[in-house]
Amino acid sequence: MIYSYQDKTLSPGSVESAQIHLRASHLAVGYDNIPIVQGITLQLDRGQSLALVGMNGSGKSTFLKTIVGLLPPLQGELELLGARNSSAARRVAYLGQFQSSGFVLPLRTIDVVRMGRFAAHGLLGRLKAADHELIADSMRRMDVHHLAHAPVRSLSGGQRQRVYLAQVLARRANLLVLDEPTASLDAAGRAIFARVIEEEVTRGASVVIATHDIREAGRCDHVMLLAQRVVGLGSPKDVLTPQALLETFGVMLATQD
Amino acid sequence: MDLLVDPFLQNDFMLRALAAGTLVSISAAVVGTFIVLRGMAFIGDALAHGVLPGIAVAILLHLPGILGAAVGALVMIGGIGLVTQKSRLSSDTAIGLLFVGMLALGVVIVSRSNSFSGDLVRVLFGEVLGISPSAIIIQVFVTAAVVIAAVICNRPFLLLCFNPEQAQVSGFSVRLYHGIMLAMIAITVIVSFQTVGTLLVFGMLLAPAGAGALVASRITSMMILAAMFGAISVYAGLLASYHFNTAAGSTIVLAATTLFFAVLLVQTVRLGHLAQRSWTH
Repeated sequence: MIYSYQDKTLSPGSVESAQIHLRASHLAVGYDNIPIVQGITLQLDRGQSLALVGMNGSGKSTFLKTIVGLLPPLQGELELLGARNSSAARRVAYLGQFQSSGFVLPLRTIDVVRMGRFAAHGLLGRLKAADHELIADSMRRMDVHHLAHAPVRSLSGGQRQRVYLAQVLARRANLLVLDEPTASLDAAGRAIFARVIEEEVTRGASVVIATHDIREAGRCDHVMLLAQRVVGLGSPKDVLTPQALLETFGVMLATQD
Repeated sequence: MDLLVDPFLQNDFMLRALAAGTLVSISAAVVGTFIVLRGMAFIGDALAHGVLPGIAVAILLHLPGILGAAVGALVMIGGIGLVTQKSRLSSDTAIGLLFVGMLALGVVIVSRSNSFSGDLVRVLFGEVLGISPSAIIIQVFVTAAVVIAAVICNRPFLLLCFNPEQAQVSGFSVRLYHGIMLAMIAITVIVSFQTVGTLLVFGMLLAPAGAGALVASRITSMMILAAMFGAISVYAGLLASYHFNTAAGSTIVLAATTLFFAVLLVQTVRLGHLAQRSWTH
């Protein structure tokens, strides 16, 4: 059974705008005016999580980039944290897919995580004690605090990804938008990530994750299946059916937990 | 000892060259660091050479060369933006086209004039030994401006180096700060051409910052190291050119590139040694 969020939760005017973290209505996303996915209508409330599942090229990253304002919406409406313009942008954290380039910047772990506080303080605002505590706390939560003064270029791919996730946590954002955040993480890293996302949701942040990991998607409140169109949208139980996954991936996948 | 110090104490022109060269080293270290970290070497190169027709026209019209260089840099940056936008070609194609076109235009203008070849050599390779005190004063202001801009824009520049998307989603306009960065590169190239020349300013942008990138673990220390490497190259290059009677600007850049390869060699040996030790334990 596939349902639209709108049917379930949105009756116009009755919900406080700050409660709605993400609202898309007949949204089309794509590059250079060429739509990749059309007709996206959904709502994500405070403290909810949404997983985007689909193959490479299915439009997951394009949708995420549109949410955070890196790409303009081609059609329809998009509201973030109750605002239709970009004024909410600083309360949204984003982690894209990193190209593993051969050259890594001469930065230490703490320098990378500290960048997460720049959005809150702008060009010249001073970082305060609370910011430094948040930076240290974010490194602890991703278990990279012992690497705080290590050069990032000396870290493994998985460790680097944890550092980037610590930067996202340091943003203390209301909406977290993460593009395949666990792709380079090992089992321990994925367990840490799952716990951290749980904590973020508990404090009232909402999370949108693009993933290839069906189990990860199963932990979210909502799942959207994408195959250059919205194949399904709803609770994991309703959406992650063998038939819908076959439609999304073109192959049969096991769906049990 | 006298051989190392006397040339500078006994000749005002050597002292002025040392001052101007050191100032170039500082601003080149700052913008060179961004060029190296963001992979902007090609646009740096294009700017360094693309200013040539501007300078050539300025000399023909008996205007200050620095004015022509500024116009040349503006045409270059505007042209790259326009070609990238209109043609949908990647920016390195646009940069390459503008670069070779501007360079050709510069040589065509120069070739029309009979008395120009001396000027051309001067523009391409600089006249570090003929620097005027007023040029040094301009150099002081530009160096200060570049350093202050880098301090003020520290956060967006750091984010741009890290990942432009992250800069954008953190509320810093990539367009604006990339533009400021380009302007800083351009202004460094424009004022440096009198010292080391348009052909060699590129070496001062890349070699010290590249050497700094090999050893530094932080961006600030990379800039400071690059400035030191640059200043050492200026001193060593001037000294060598004095004693061996070689072209000063070229000798400075040769010293800078030699220093880069020396640092690379030391790093390779040191890292190889470390790797070997970790294997044997």
